[in-house]
Amino acid sequence: MAKRIDVSGLHVYYGDFLAVEDVSMTIEPRSVTAFIGSSGCGKSTFLRTLNRMHEVTPGARVEGKVLLDDQDIYAPDVDPVEVRREVGMVFQRPNPFPTMSIYDNVIAGYKLNNRRLRKSEADEIVERSLRGANLWEEVKDRLDRPGASLSGGQQQRLCIARAIAVEPSVLLMDEPCSALDPISTLAIEDLISQLKENYTIVIVTHNMQQAARVSDVTAFFNLAGTGKPGKLIEIGETNKIFTKPEKKETENYITGRFG
Amino acid sequence: MSATKLSAPEKTVPPRPLAPSLGAKPLPALFPPTLLAGVALVAAGLLYALGWWNPAVWAIVTAVGYMVLITAASALIENRRKAKDRLVTAIVYTCFGIAMVPLVSLLWTVLSKGLVRLDGYFLTVSMNGVTPSMDAGGAYHAILGTLLMTLMAALISVPIGLMTAIYLVEYGQGRLKRAITFFVDVMTGIPSIVAGLFVVALWILLFGPGKTNGAAGAISLSVLMIPVVVRSCEEMLRLVPNELREASYALGVPKWLTVVKVVLPTAIAGLTTGVMLALARVIGETAPLILTAGSSAVAINANLFEGQMMSLPVFIYSQVRMGGVINYERAWAGALTLIIIVMLLFLAARLVSHFFAPKTR
Amino acid sequence: MTTTDLSTTGRAQRQRRRLGDVLFAAGAQGSGILILAILAGVAAFLILQSFDSLAANQANFLTSSEWDANTREEPSFGVAALAFGTVLAAAIALVLATPVAIGIALFIVFYAPRRIAAILGYLVDLLAAIPSVVYGLWGIGWLVVQLAPFYAWLETYFGWIPLFAGPVSTTGRTMLSAGIVLAVMILPIITAMTRDVFLQVPQSHREAALALGATRWEMIRMAVLPFGRPGIIGGAMLGLGRALGETMAVAMILSPSLVISWFLLQSGNQTIAAHIALQYPEATGYGVSALIAAGLVLFAITLAVNMVARFVVSRRKEFA
Repeated sequence: MAKRIDVSGLHVYYGDFLAVEDVSMTIEPRSVTAFIGSSGCGKSTFLRTLNRMHEVTPGARVEGKVLLDDQDIYAPDVDPVEVRREVGMVFQRPNPFPTMSIYDNVIAGYKLNNRRLRKSEADEIVERSLRGANLWEEVKDRLDRPGASLSGGQQQRLCIARAIAVEPSVLLMDEPCSALDPISTLAIEDLISQLKENYTIVIVTHNMQQAARVSDVTAFFNLAGTGKPGKLIEIGETNKIFTKPEKKETENYITGRFG
Repeated sequence: MSATKLSAPEKTVPPRPLAPSLGAKPLPALFPPTLLAGVALVAAGLLYALGWWNPAVWAIVTAVGYMVLITAASALIENRRKAKDRLVTAIVYTCFGIAMVPLVSLLWTVLSKGLVRLDGYFLTVSMNGVTPSMDAGGAYHAILGTLLMTLMAALISVPIGLMTAIYLVEYGQGRLKRAITFFVDVMTGIPSIVAGLFVVALWILLFGPGKTNGAAGAISLSVLMIPVVVRSCEEMLRLVPNELREASYALGVPKWLTVVKVVLPTAIAGLTTGVMLALARVIGETAPLILTAGSSAVAINANLFEGQMMSLPVFIYSQVRMGGVINYERAWAGALTLIIIVMLLFLAARLVSHFFAPKTR
Repeated sequence: MTTTDLSTTGRAQRQRRRLGDVLFAAGAQGSGILILAILAGVAAFLILQSFDSLAANQANFLTSSEWDANTREEPSFGVAALAFGTVLAAAIALVLATPVAIGIALFIVFYAPRRIAAILGYLVDLLAAIPSVVYGLWGIGWLVVQLAPFYAWLETYFGWIPLFAGPVSTTGRTMLSAGIVLAVMILPIITAMTRDVFLQVPQSHREAALALGATRWEMIRMAVLPFGRPGIIGGAMLGLGRALGETMAVAMILSPSLVISWFLLQSGNQTIAAHIALQYPEATGYGVSALIAAGLVLFAITLAVNMVARFVVSRRKEFA
């Protein structure tokens, strides 16, 4: 299920403005890759190009290649909608659909696409996804309550359940814990370590300890200068990045000398 | 895009004088209301003594007297700046009082005069075969006409208005979007009589002169209703957080399904409220209906496409034009009915926004 | 879901999905364009239908005041008196309503206790929801009766001002009465707009003024009014647009005549909108076409006023 991502020579533009310059990397299946870097360095922008979510922003476009197990997601005959089904995403702020119950939120990916599910099938997906998101025990007695009735951390796990319910092969997480308290953060981090058994996970985080705790590989992004595009400075095994990075910039960032 | 809603500002507290030793001793808090009551009493007594008693004159004398005295008192005891502030405060309160006069008097007169004739009989019979001064007849035909024409206007305006709002919020960009936004604003300002004339001109072109029917009335109403619907729907759609759209896209849902199944249901309470308020606005329109649906129908007509159709506002107007005592009674009863319908729409809008709003518990 | 090849499964589904997207987007855009078409249609049909009578008109349409159009031969009619009356009524309404509206907006935003403010705002909105025909009925059935003695008083003491010269109408069905009712009708419009801009005055501006030791009025004069001026002007213009086009209140209250008169306390004058409503049911011959021509003039006036108003308001948004 989990797929490898190969990015080569990717540039991201907003109109004429070059936001991210020339990124190439390989993201292994069944691993957690963390993107770190200071604010505005383009790591979230880059993350969104991995499932073509950037196209929602008017004027945003990319040059370069992103291969999902040898398949170019930017090939002319590929439908971005199809890509997003394959590459799920979890956002910074928990965003369950306010009009739907917990149950309906989990199967939203099917319901919104007008896919009919048998009741037994739907029940099974809901339970499997909520178990997968470590939320089943907490909500199994109130599945018909609105999704917004949960706490922030629970809502975020509900969003993860919603994302894995459609069985993607890759899961992108854009600062998934930044709006959560420490205990909820811990729950999500535990969940991430479990999820990597089945999924390719890419996570953007501002929290270096978090990157160190959950990721196998860490990529450091930085601005090439004020007003210049963001760049991938270094990517490598998390241990190595945090103990003996190759680039001076990375070391400065890790040791807290800037950013 | 985040929903930026301005919260009511903090009530600004006038700054405490920094140095009371400078002689600026503030007036006690109870001084203004006491002064006002005093002035009101004195003015009432004075007017009675002079035999000029009249509530309006009394209110004016009280307001002016209070303004003069509070300014003088403040100027003597506090200082001139404070005095000016107190004068403006009095003026601002008076402005609000002035606005309440027509509202209260209008509601009171309509209620007291309307109740004379508003009963089951009035609501269930038409004016068919009733001569103007006969002590009989009712507004059933007008109520029916109003409901039918407003309903048809809604059926035309809501889809067009909602789809345009969706275009402006979800799809539109560039010059077309700006043009539509601008002209919707302009359209909000079309005088209602001009909307009526438009349909008259259109009808002459399509069916020849002199054709009046309910459908023409409904179309003229929708010309007035569409821009209101667009405006309010647009506002409501913009309140839907972008995060929900993104969540839907990230699940591999195409844009149009995202709009239909995520954006619209999330905004449904606001959308319905907006439509109800738009209905409340056009249901009282008179001028275009005089031109398009006729002003002389007296019988029940449930066919929008054939013959003149009476409506409540036109009913009120034509009764006033006849001018007799009973005609005025009918007009007041009609006005009360109309206000009740409008209030019901307002109430329904409130209830809808209360019950349809996304639940959090 | 085991999609191994995005493009092949994608292609089959995409045809269907893209169709949905295309149709939906086209529907949305089409509705927007339809609105533009309706507005263009309003202008086009009015122009088209007014040609007929304008071509046959014996008088100068813009400078004449007579209205002799209900004939098949040689009609002669003009909008001079009507246009004058329209502007006069709207001007009276604007002069009366704007200061009060600013006062109400100040009251709601800065003076009223916060809990009450919401209810008061609601009451003002209620004024906006009352149908114009009810205002007309209230005006003719209650207000003019109250105003008639006031007019007599006004003439006695201020009759030397030409505007208030006698002989005073004993029924109270005068231009001033119509203007007062129009003022009540546009009050909520101006108030709502003004209130909105006052709410947008940055907290920091107001605090800066208060920190300098300003009284509440000085704070309003220093920080609020300069910031809110375009909004007030825009709101007043919108109110003006509404007053210009308002039909029923004038048609029911004013006892009309087609003259240009400055005497507010005498019966006389007439507005375009009210004239159309009163004349239309009896219009024959060139009558309808002539009324449409008059409507076109009204349309042009209100369009111009509204466009200027929108321009003023939107400019504020850009610089705010």
